[in-house]
Amino acid sequence: MRLYLQYLKILLKSALQYRVSFILLSIGQFFVPFSIFISMYFLFQRFEQIKGWTLYEVALCYAVIHIAFSLSECFFRGFDSFSSLIISGEFDRILVRPRSALIQILGSRFEFTRIGRLFQSFIVLVYAVYHLNLDWNYLKIITLTAMILSGVVIFAGIFILGATLTFWTIEGLEVINILTDGGREISQYPLNIYPNWVKNFFTFVIPFGTINYLPLLYVLDKTNKNNLYAFIPFIGMLFLIPCLLFWKLGIKHYKSTGS
Amino acid sequence: MIQLANICKNYQIYQKKQGVLQAFQSLIHREYKIINALDDITFNINEGEIIGYIGPNGAGKSTTIKIMSGILVPDSGTCNILGFTPWKQRKEYVRHIGVVFGQRSQLWWDVPVLDSYYLLKDIYKVPLKQFKTNLDLLTTKLDLGDILNTPVRQLSLGQKMRCEIAAALLHDPKILFLDEPTIGLDAISKLKVRKFIKEINHEKKLTIILTTHDMNDIEALAKRIILIGKGKILLDGSLPELRQKFTAHKIITICYLTKKDCPIPYKIIAETENKVKLAIDVTKNSISEVINKLSNCYDICDISVDTRSIEEIIVDLYKEYQI
Repeated sequence: MRLYLQYLKILLKSALQYRVSFILLSIGQFFVPFSIFISMYFLFQRFEQIKGWTLYEVALCYAVIHIAFSLSECFFRGFDSFSSLIISGEFDRILVRPRSALIQILGSRFEFTRIGRLFQSFIVLVYAVYHLNLDWNYLKIITLTAMILSGVVIFAGIFILGATLTFWTIEGLEVINILTDGGREISQYPLNIYPNWVKNFFTFVIPFGTINYLPLLYVLDKTNKNNLYAFIPFIGMLFLIPCLLFWKLGIKHYKSTGS
Repeated sequence: MIQLANICKNYQIYQKKQGVLQAFQSLIHREYKIINALDDITFNINEGEIIGYIGPNGAGKSTTIKIMSGILVPDSGTCNILGFTPWKQRKEYVRHIGVVFGQRSQLWWDVPVLDSYYLLKDIYKVPLKQFKTNLDLLTTKLDLGDILNTPVRQLSLGQKMRCEIAAALLHDPKILFLDEPTIGLDAISKLKVRKFIKEINHEKKLTIILTTHDMNDIEALAKRIILIGKGKILLDGSLPELRQKFTAHKIITICYLTKKDCPIPYKIIAETENKVKLAIDVTKNSISEVINKLSNCYDICDISVDTRSIEEIIVDLYKEYQI
């Protein structure tokens, strides 16, 4: 953990070397998802609700997924750009250092400019919560936090999956963006508005449902007082386990082929 | 200290074909070819040795280095370095080695060199006191004082290489792998780097494995050479041995003012106006006899006797083994 903070420090220092570009990129990261939210806003102006969900409810959903996404992009970017480590041979360097490859890859890159996106999503969160007039209690706050954390974990898992695939393909795989960017776009709305196969895929294969539709029902008091829904985000975190196992397999493959 | 026995490694590579159609075909069906990267590699290295590990591109040098540094698992054979099997006990093992890849940096590009060093200290968990001592020593020896606070991207190639070498030594490794440490450096930087490597080897009893294409590096540093070609070890011996075996010839160059018409019984390599270059087989002719004969034929104004350069010897070696 200490080492991780040291990596964080040195890369923050690096990022600040290019101050103007850092600021402009952060502003860009603020406005890109903001435009998505604006279009969502106008959509609701026209239709008022989608399958019984109001703008503020969907905004909460949107905020959760975007906060999770920006955090994971900031801190797990090393896996997202892992193919460059393989191509440049930097991964060999990682292997000759006496620390786990995982922490070194995490530390290889941070995308601090995601602070723009984070800030934007946070504003939407506050906006949604302000208008929703919910009865807040501790469990709800825990659930909401867990939704975000679990979201970060799920995105991280997908990044790791994508990184592992590059052990075989070397080139980065745009395919994995279907799950990251696609997953993000889809799960900024509650999943029950989609056809069943989409809903099932993003609940049981890539478990975005566990941070989006299901716990949202609890937070919005739509579960008839069934508190079990509050704990669903924690199940989503289990997604990381198979991803890490697959990663181990990938490293083993790399060590036997060297490329 | 380092023992490799019967290490073999095969790669499976798929054959690329030309043409767009064939490229699509290869997406579905690939033809594989097996390459013997390493074939029964065996050698021992003692503490404090500097080994010149040489061979042409694709001979298996980097595969060997990768196996020795725990990055790659061989198909068969054993490797024992400092009591570890590198690829099995990777994390414990790599604490004791330093690796400099001449072409790639291990420093963080945008921050001062010193920041990178402090991060390395944390990565290798070097105690602060030991770190300070090492840093002081390396700073003096490699003359880093002025550049420690400069971001890496602003350093010249020579400065960068010195910083790289220091970075690999901060954690007191017992073995140092140097891959092309002088590539692209100017003459002065090269000399500085070589001098340092020699000193550190001597003072710290550091074992150094040097892979390079620069034969002057080898000549200046390595007492022992291991030559690898097509995955096999072709030669393992000291530099003088190698010399003796392959430098039966000396090169004599003479400048002359006038030339008498008499036959020269030696092989002429090159001849220009007033200048002639001869190859002399010293196992058959003594030098003084040669000079005697030559001075009978030429009115000599200048003469030089050279041993063939190590570079040329290596070229001959490559030719001899057809690698």
